[in-house]
Amino acid sequence: MTFIDLVFTFFAGMLLLAGLGVISSRNPVHSVLFLVLSFFSCSALWLLLEAEFLAIVLVLVYVGAVMVLFLFVVMMLDINITQMRQGFVRYLPIGALIALVTVAQMVWVVGPFGPEIFSGEQLNQAVKHGADYSNTKEIGGVLYTDYVFPFEIASVILLVAIVAAIALTMRRREMTKYQTPGKQVKVRKQDRLRVIKMDAESAE
Amino acid sequence: MIDTIINTSIELWNWFPPGWQLFLEIIAKIILIVLPLMIAVAYTTYAERKIISYIQVRIGPNRVGPRGWLQPIADAVKLMFKEIVLPTNANRYLFLFAPILSIGPALAAWAVIPFDRGMVLTDLDAGLLYILALTSIGVYGVIIAGWASNSKYAMMGALRSAAQIVAYEIAMGFALVGVLMASGSLNVGQIVEGQAGGLSSWFIWPLLPLFLVYFISGVAETNRAPFDVAEGESEIVAGFHVEYSGMAFAVFFLAEYANIILISALTAIMFLGGWLSPFEGFAFAQGTWLAETSMLWFFAKTAFFIFLFLWFRATFPRYRYDQIMRLGWKVFIPVTIVWLFVEAVMVVMQVGPWSV
Repeated sequence: MTFIDLVFTFFAGMLLLAGLGVISSRNPVHSVLFLVLSFFSCSALWLLLEAEFLAIVLVLVYVGAVMVLFLFVVMMLDINITQMRQGFVRYLPIGALIALVTVAQMVWVVGPFGPEIFSGEQLNQAVKHGADYSNTKEIGGVLYTDYVFPFEIASVILLVAIVAAIALTMRRREMTKYQTPGKQVKVRKQDRLRVIKMDAESAE
Repeated sequence: MIDTIINTSIELWNWFPPGWQLFLEIIAKIILIVLPLMIAVAYTTYAERKIISYIQVRIGPNRVGPRGWLQPIADAVKLMFKEIVLPTNANRYLFLFAPILSIGPALAAWAVIPFDRGMVLTDLDAGLLYILALTSIGVYGVIIAGWASNSKYAMMGALRSAAQIVAYEIAMGFALVGVLMASGSLNVGQIVEGQAGGLSSWFIWPLLPLFLVYFISGVAETNRAPFDVAEGESEIVAGFHVEYSGMAFAVFFLAEYANIILISALTAIMFLGGWLSPFEGFAFAQGTWLAETSMLWFFAKTAFFIFLFLWFRATFPRYRYDQIMRLGWKVFIPVTIVWLFVEAVMVVMQVGPWSV
């Protein structure tokens, strides 16, 4: 077993354990943190494939932004654990069935009886490159030449999703008080302050 | 005597297999970065107290050692020997894990910071992304600390901090996109090399709005005054670390100052040409050390930005929370987007010092 194999085994094992933790922990906050750990292990596995750009983007986008918001929401939920566990036995058979089907499909695809493209010669390890190889440059090159239209279409779809999300949640509430900083800055003394001259009270 | 020592140490070194030699070399480099960084952090706390004191016409710490120079060490020793109190019903593991999660990214980001030409731990091609990824992970320490403490104030601090950091990270990322467009590279070393040619070729001039947005967002990301609502001692006592004591608190403290130094160093690298000399190509500096590139320039620029952090703290009153959000979402993000368009036009028209 080489050093790389050792690292792979470590992170792959951690990924599986973290995945198990996501679905089995009692506390939803722990589940979210296990999910973060699984993203990390996955990113480490991608680093082993010399895909450093994708690995870092996975951490940046999912761990740095998406999971922070997840954690933010889950922390404020008041989840009753016992209520959630009530349906466990009832749904267990169908869950087990789906798990079994998924595992069978995976075995069928990558196993010895699977289609030609996933077996034998086709299932090589990723090509090893020299120290001057830049995965970032390669991805940029491919993304903006061969796949420029799918890439642009994906970005437009995301933009539509952003606009839709804002449009769905935006509503004017009657009670909300707004500030207009521009107006605040423009306020002058003459507009709101009136100095009244009064005679001093005279002693009687 | 000295010869034998050198010879035996060379023999000892050769006795290690090559893989181990590489490993030991990397460990030595990490220690060479982290140890001075920790000392710098300790003395940044001292500098903060002294500078704010002088701004407020006080003297500041002056009892421990000559002129109070040993004050940070006394503070560290005090915090080390204090008891770490675990609050009742706190989530024990996460409570103790949060400080580690807070300082880890702050230290790990230094792996791609170049101190001088070629003086960098890892010359990563996606260095800029790596830095962005790590600075965004730092928020977990704050959120988990707030949640695991089982305290209302800590929770409030964590929520404030999470929303604030997510908001300002976007502006920060956009500002760095501008740097990326100007230098044509994600490699931190190449970003610095793209600014070669003295004071006038630094990215601060063509990217002035992005520089301002980046630095102010950096202040907000580190939860420093005037954006320190996550601590907000007048409203929520001390925010997310209200339940922490002793060394666990000290680690949060270290992380905050390590982040300050990191943001200052990054600003120096991205916009002020890192280790490059400002007098490169000037006639009067020709041939002297002033025109040389050196680590000292990098440290001087970083120290200047650290000073700005301290100056801000002594000068500005704390922002109100809704105004912080407004500044982040409604001012900084539009400013960066507009300037990215301007920059794109400048690149196409070939105005400015673009290396592309």
